[in-house]
Amino acid sequence: MTDYILLIVGCIFVNNILLMQYLGNCPFLGVSKKMETAVGMAMAVIFVLVMAGAITWIVDIYLLKTFGLEYLRTLSFILVIASLVQFVEMFLRKSIPGLYAGLGIFLPLITTNCAVMGVCLINIMEEYSFTQALVASFSYAVGFGLALVLFAGVRERIILARVPKPLQDTSIGLVTAGMLSLAFFAFKGMV
Amino acid sequence: MAKTAVQEFTKGLWAEIPPFRLVLGLCPVLAVTKTVENGIGMGVATTFVLICSNILISLLRNVIPKKVRIACFIVVIATFVTVVELVMQAFAYPLFLKLGIFIPLIVVNCIVLGRAEAFAAKNGVVASFADGLGIGVGFTLSLTALAIVREILGNGTFYDIPVFGPTFEPFSFMVQAPGAFVCLGLMLCIMNMLGKK
Repeated sequence: MTDYILLIVGCIFVNNILLMQYLGNCPFLGVSKKMETAVGMAMAVIFVLVMAGAITWIVDIYLLKTFGLEYLRTLSFILVIASLVQFVEMFLRKSIPGLYAGLGIFLPLITTNCAVMGVCLINIMEEYSFTQALVASFSYAVGFGLALVLFAGVRERIILARVPKPLQDTSIGLVTAGMLSLAFFAFKGMV
Repeated sequence: MAKTAVQEFTKGLWAEIPPFRLVLGLCPVLAVTKTVENGIGMGVATTFVLICSNILISLLRNVIPKKVRIACFIVVIATFVTVVELVMQAFAYPLFLKLGIFIPLIVVNCIVLGRAEAFAAKNGVVASFADGLGIGVGFTLSLTALAIVREILGNGTFYDIPVFGPTFEPFSFMVQAPGAFVCLGLMLCIMNMLGKK
């Protein structure tokens, strides 16, 4: 049990996917200008990442490892993620239109979100068991969401501040992300 | 024709240099620029994938149906990334270990897919090759520039050679995650200032 708690804390705070492992930065800067879009993106990532983590783990252990096809890992993982995203999108549109309206535009973006692919690869590299992989995927996704929402909150305030012209927009965004990353640095050594 | 190809090439070096002008593909930029060697290695790998995928997608642009084009592009890109992965494992194993997860992640680098969608799917082979080369070289230059700043300040070395002598106290901030963000943000600011003139 303690192992899992350590894993969860480690994935959410200590090894935060966005601020410590530098994965998924494009949507981080892209959708963080408004709180609503940030929350939407965070939800979509949590939803897809847990499913992708589980499916890629099964594919890797039962297909690639069994038949000695590890060199096809990159190709098969991205195909799994792309088709999963497509499938989730169609499923949501048909059966849960409310959720689809909320997540809609963020779903296609997830295919090229390196956080998703990155976590799937980390699961394999760390040789997690199936439950560990599932827990890790969920915690990484929560960490992503947490960082994204925090950052969106800060960014909404920055709009009100007077920023020098060359620093505006992405530039100040990156510096802010650095400060946020510094805050997350405090969790280092906790686990 | 030759002239336009040159234009496509040079545009990648300044007017559309990633990741400063095209703010895409930030993850490898932040993650691998701790040392100059890693930065150049990543840049070269990405350039190779960019050129090859641009050429192939440009050749196939009339065959690929519009509706499934993104999936097709991803398959093409993933194939070349696998090639890079295997070649690096065979000939540059230490570098492969250092870059680790970021080699397979070239697949989801938005620059590669972005160029496929925005350029190679609409233009001829020569122009697409020039575009891929230009953007790739531009990307390598930016990575190297960022890596030089971070390695010199963060480690006090350049390509593993000490620059400041033994009394220098390195800013370990620069090689850690926060330093990467701040450093890239400030470089973007400098680029904006130069661009305004």
